[in-house]
Amino acid sequence: MHADATAASRLDPSRIKVIVATDCGSTTTKAIMIEEVDGVHRQTHRGEAPTTVEEPFADVTVGVVNAITELQELSGRRLIADDGTIIRRDSIDDPEGCDIYISTSSAGGGLQMMVAGVVREMTAASAKRAALGAGAIVMDVIASNDKRKPYEQIQRIRELRPDMVLLSGGTDGGNTTQVVQLAELVAPAKPRPRFGSAYQLPIIFAGNKDARPEIERVFAEQPDTTGGFDLSLVENLRPTLEQENLGPARDRIHDVFLEHVMAHAPGYDRLIDWTDAPIMPTPGAVGDILQTIARTQGINAVGVDIGGATTDVFSVFDGVFNRTVSANLGMSYSISNVCAEAGMDRVLRWVHLDMDERELRNRVKNKMIRPTTIPQSAEALVFEQAVAREALRLAYQQHKEFATTLKGVQQQRTVGDVFSQEVGGASIVDGMKLDLLVASGGVLSHAPRMHQTAMMLIDAFEPEGFTTLAKDSIFMMPHLGVLGSVHEKAAMEVFERDCLVVLGTCVAAKGEGRTGKPCFSYRISGGAIAGGEASGQMNWGDVALLELGVGETAEVEVNPVRGVDFGNGPGKSVKRTVKGGTVGIILDARGRPLVLPEDPTERRAAVRRTIDAIRLYPDKEAAPAGA
Amino acid sequence: MAKAYTPGLKVSARTTHRVRRLLPIPGDVRVSTGDVVSANDVVAETFMEGDVHPMNIANRLGCSPAEVPTLMLKPEGSAIEAGEPIARSKGIFGMFKTEIAAEATGTLEQVSATTGQVMIRGAAIPVQVKAYLAGRVVEVLPNEGCIIENDVLMVQGIFGVGGETEGDIRVACADHEQVLTPDLVTPEMAGAVILGGARMTVAAIRRAIEVGAAAVVSGGIDDQDLKDLLGRDLGVAITGNETIGITVIVTEGFGDIAMAARTWKLLASKAGRRASVNGATQIRAGVMRPEILVPLEAGENEGEVDPTIAHEAGALEIGTTVRVIRDPYFGLLGQVSALPAEPAVLGSGSKARVLEVRFPDGGTAVVPRANVELIEG
Repeated sequence: MHADATAASRLDPSRIKVIVATDCGSTTTKAIMIEEVDGVHRQTHRGEAPTTVEEPFADVTVGVVNAITELQELSGRRLIADDGTIIRRDSIDDPEGCDIYISTSSAGGGLQMMVAGVVREMTAASAKRAALGAGAIVMDVIASNDKRKPYEQIQRIRELRPDMVLLSGGTDGGNTTQVVQLAELVAPAKPRPRFGSAYQLPIIFAGNKDARPEIERVFAEQPDTTGGFDLSLVENLRPTLEQENLGPARDRIHDVFLEHVMAHAPGYDRLIDWTDAPIMPTPGAVGDILQTIARTQGINAVGVDIGGATTDVFSVFDGVFNRTVSANLGMSYSISNVCAEAGMDRVLRWVHLDMDERELRNRVKNKMIRPTTIPQSAEALVFEQAVAREALRLAYQQHKEFATTLKGVQQQRTVGDVFSQEVGGASIVDGMKLDLLVASGGVLSHAPRMHQTAMMLIDAFEPEGFTTLAKDSIFMMPHLGVLGSVHEKAAMEVFERDCLVVLGTCVAAKGEGRTGKPCFSYRISGGAIAGGEASGQMNWGDVALLELGVGETAEVEVNPVRGVDFGNGPGKSVKRTVKGGTVGIILDARGRPLVLPEDPTERRAAVRRTIDAIRLYPDKEAAPAGA
Repeated sequence: MAKAYTPGLKVSARTTHRVRRLLPIPGDVRVSTGDVVSANDVVAETFMEGDVHPMNIANRLGCSPAEVPTLMLKPEGSAIEAGEPIARSKGIFGMFKTEIAAEATGTLEQVSATTGQVMIRGAAIPVQVKAYLAGRVVEVLPNEGCIIENDVLMVQGIFGVGGETEGDIRVACADHEQVLTPDLVTPEMAGAVILGGARMTVAAIRRAIEVGAAAVVSGGIDDQDLKDLLGRDLGVAITGNETIGITVIVTEGFGDIAMAARTWKLLASKAGRRASVNGATQIRAGVMRPEILVPLEAGENEGEVDPTIAHEAGALEIGTTVRVIRDPYFGLLGQVSALPAEPAVLGSGSKARVLEVRFPDGGTAVVPRANVELIEG
């Protein structure tokens, strides 16, 4: 009972009233239904089922149908036809089927890429940004100046098994030799793709346009015994040093992802036929929705998704989008790596309870080898959330180092800049400019108390000034990202009403001072603040929680002491309207950068003060050890 | 009846097991369907293209890249030896010519007039795939490899390091609860698969390497000991390529934990028998666990049914034997005594579906269903 309507008319926003969207993850396929209710699109039902890319099913559509069948049962609307396909309806009065079906995917290891550029800090960095922005996992970055000898680079390329290669280098009209030289390293190395020897490895060239004939020669020359290459040429991603043009390369990556990578994954040929919009890599879709939010609301936003193996960080500052994937920072498969990279001392600084380090090390490894287990005792939860803080902190640190202004750009300086040390390559991530911080991923989304989610975000990201904290309710951002490509208004409506759970607002002092000395005073009015108004004094080291409910706002005025900044400059007062949420307003006078006391007793006391002030683990003392 | 979220590891007295032995790239398969092979037999082999060594001749001779093809002493496709002159400059009036010697032995594969770079392709690298498991070839995959089948006693471990090996099983510990210490490892265990008991110490593993043992299998290991053994902190559980001189398999987990009694008894009953062992572990998409395989004779171990497999595989019901796989009851075995349908609030404050386990001492505990695994047969 498929609709006869053409694909084009099906995508007409005015007739999209019932939407089914899936996200095929590595382990779970998540389906949601979005329906127009009283003229507004709302997420109404959700279902999930194990992903079926692996044997014995080896067909992704089995999991998709199972997840949508759950939607069907919950909604009472028939969605799956007798032949096992998804029903599209002919008219909006039809009680069966949906208007469009869309999907994202990260199953089968997602999109794995190798990128190469001439200069590591310039064209190679731009190429990496393009690949990450498209939702790829970047396996390695090869550059002429990456300090490896050419034969070491070739050896590395041979070891990797990428789905595709993005090659860049040179500005348009500039020297062609170096980028051709790079191609001459990649071509004979013949990287073996994951999908077997018959697969033609896609190479996307996005470098100096004058080098195209030579690049075509280099990749054509290779004998075809290993499947050969499928070369495509797109606009230079760095046409001049001052300009980055990532769009064409990103678009081509998406196309190649669909044409080559997805087409080789089990069952995806059918799934591609089913969807009404191109399937997007999951992180690419999350990045798209975050950019849409930042653009439509005129804000700077950061999103984080912490998974079992990896942590993705997305940011939009002044309209510039960046994404990083920290490949081995995660809460199950990679939990041991978090502890190794951060050091057990740094993990344990967030813990206020006595814990035996040898025992903890074994627990961490046991979690790594049995990744699906969950913390049963309060102690286990405290430790797991301490690890999460460090995973998030490290991932954000990597993101800040990556999300920079363009390197290699000549700076024009005036007399006024004499004392300014700013150079190209400075991070564009600015904690003070950050308006919205969105969390997703098991340890953040499923924390027993949202206060815990809020404090994990604050301790790891150290937002400065006024920042709204939120979480993705049921990890819906991928679905909305791909929906945004066909119906932006619907995507935004669902995002604001059903996707985001606002936790509250963090009001944090930037600066340093001695514990116990005055830091700032505050006055809060409006909302449901008891008595209509609250005011007080915060000393260095203090943290306070003021309740302000979901959907409420309040006026917050802070008056900092000299040297302390809330966004208007050191010592200057700031008055802002802030959002309440499931947690409320968190006043943070621990300073930025956030430094905990070095003395273990003082540190533990400081952590305990924060835990008590925010009521992070209120039931801890009462909880039985085992249950 | 409800599904268990964590499938257990296979510990089977007798099972028909198949191994796929595949080349990384197409090549020759050396066996035919029906052949009987031993673990060390080569079943398929091929040659991988040799390594590539680039040399920038233009830079070294100080000439333009376009000139390089005319300065080469040998044409593309020629065989060359390391140290042999491969390019010569024109010099000044035919004098003071500079020669460049090849830095590697191989074939002159490419000479670029654009970059002045030449590529020397080294000799092809032979790749051999061994049978690993003694048994019968049941299927040949042309140009790729074969599938070998045999009836085996099979024990899957939870974690391992080191790759494929084989050896005779030698029992070092008196029972499944004894810690494997260095004094229990003797020189007679050279080439053997050593069966420990509970935790194994790093000193015991070092002793096993010293005597030349092939592998060591025990219940647990301390993370600190693993770190000492590998010389680094293992961040991600993707193993198998370690070159520490031995294969190590942990059957239960990290810490002081005894091997499951049944696992130990099964392996100990095959003392002196040949076993194929692989420590490779990968706990991401496509889970791979380490394994110990002991090929069996006809009729051996037949009819030996463990009471715990009387239940449908993958199903949880009252009476099912499970192991708790997370603290505070980590490692304890027990039987499911209740399966409440409603989620319960845990000590951590989280809400999750739970079950009640009765331990052998009669005590009970409520644990999340995600924190138990079935003991499969």
